[in-house]
Amino acid sequence: MSGKPRLTYVNGRGRMESVRWLLAAAGVEFEEIFLETRQQYEKLIKDGVLMFQQVPLVEIDGMKMVQTKAILSYIAGKYNLYGKDLKERALIDMYVEGITDLMQMILMFPFSPPEAKEKNIDSVKERATNRYFPVFEKVLKQHGQDFLVGNKFSWADVQLIEAILAVEEKIPTVLSGFPQLQAFKIRMSNMPTIKKFLQPGSPRKPPPDECYVETVLKIFKK
Amino acid sequence: MAAKPKLHYTKGRGRMESVRWLLAAAGVEFEEEFIETKEDLEKLRNDGVLMFQQVPLVEIDGMKMVQTRAILSYIAAKYNLYGKDLKERAWIDMYVEGTTDLMGMIMYLPFQGADTKEKNLALIIERATTRYFPVYEKALKDHGHDYLVGNKLSWADIHLLEAILMAEECKPDILSAFPLLQAFKGRTSNIPTIKKFLQPGSQRKPPTDEKFVAVVRKIFNI
Repeated sequence: MSGKPRLTYVNGRGRMESVRWLLAAAGVEFEEIFLETRQQYEKLIKDGVLMFQQVPLVEIDGMKMVQTKAILSYIAGKYNLYGKDLKERALIDMYVEGITDLMQMILMFPFSPPEAKEKNIDSVKERATNRYFPVFEKVLKQHGQDFLVGNKFSWADVQLIEAILAVEEKIPTVLSGFPQLQAFKIRMSNMPTIKKFLQPGSPRKPPPDECYVETVLKIFKK
Repeated sequence: MAAKPKLHYTKGRGRMESVRWLLAAAGVEFEEEFIETKEDLEKLRNDGVLMFQQVPLVEIDGMKMVQTRAILSYIAAKYNLYGKDLKERAWIDMYVEGTTDLMGMIMYLPFQGADTKEKNLALIIERATTRYFPVYEKALKDHGHDYLVGNKLSWADIHLLEAILMAEECKPDILSAFPLLQAFKGRTSNIPTIKKFLQPGSQRKPPTDEKFVAVVRKIFNI
């Protein structure tokens, strides 16, 4: 038992990718177990380690944590990425929840039928450029600081850089109207722990492909 | 300036009901402003008070809070319903995420067409009795305490009671295999602040009916 957090998920981004990002940004090494067959998943359920029979599962500090939001909140709290008081935490929570709604659209994207894909990309573009990115552009412009909340690196910054890169993979010019976010992206990408995570060979997973979709459907579809 | 929190939402349960429950359970009086027309929603949007153009909106402690989970976390922490440390908070978060998933399914039911509704009602009952309720039944059995976490009333207990009552509205005998949850329901319903909230004339909203569905569809264009 190495004491490192241990992540159990499919070998792909999905809901676990935000956890990989946050741990990596916090400079925390972790191990991963990849689900490849339905039998493996059923064994986890039979062993009673999945509270609601679902993954992500993160074994950390003696707990078998499930539910992505709970896992991320714990990690943020533990590694001082959750603001200095209740009000900063509230701001971080609001920002993270908004970004999560945007990321949810991208999460579902590989599973949508081929004829819906173009419409879905348009929806992502519309939401990103009209609803979400303007909020963070304005926040950064108003306080002129490097980070979203409290002039200090937090979970909100990690979630935002993850979202920016994910959206850019689908819509490369999405940041064209957002100079603050462009600068933010460069700044975050150059932070040592994040820079390391963005390099080949890190635990970061590639964009979902057909093989990933097949694996997920095989393991989880009833 | 101890202004009461002010809730902005439609006059029905939806995503705001959990906020009403938590404030009420904490003994906190609050005001409500109801969105009755599309114009009411447009006005909020044009006034720039909705961070992501969405409600719920809760004005509390000088903040205009949006995103249900952020709002609930803030209230829970402020009124000492979030455990005594990071690990208790993790357990509360995991439990709450589970009841959120279950209540989320129930929330969408009235908006579905007749045959999807029947199928989803069956799924809700299956999930409630095989995925969610067993977890809370076991938690109570394992430690024998009155409350889910840390032998003290928390957000997790309030959220669970809300979920139980909603599930019972779907199927009145849904707790028949869960004796400890039945006792939990009895106990928790008798907590003075909660008992008051469960009485007629409180700010608790009735189950969603067809009339309310029509209003929501009109206001939000769905």
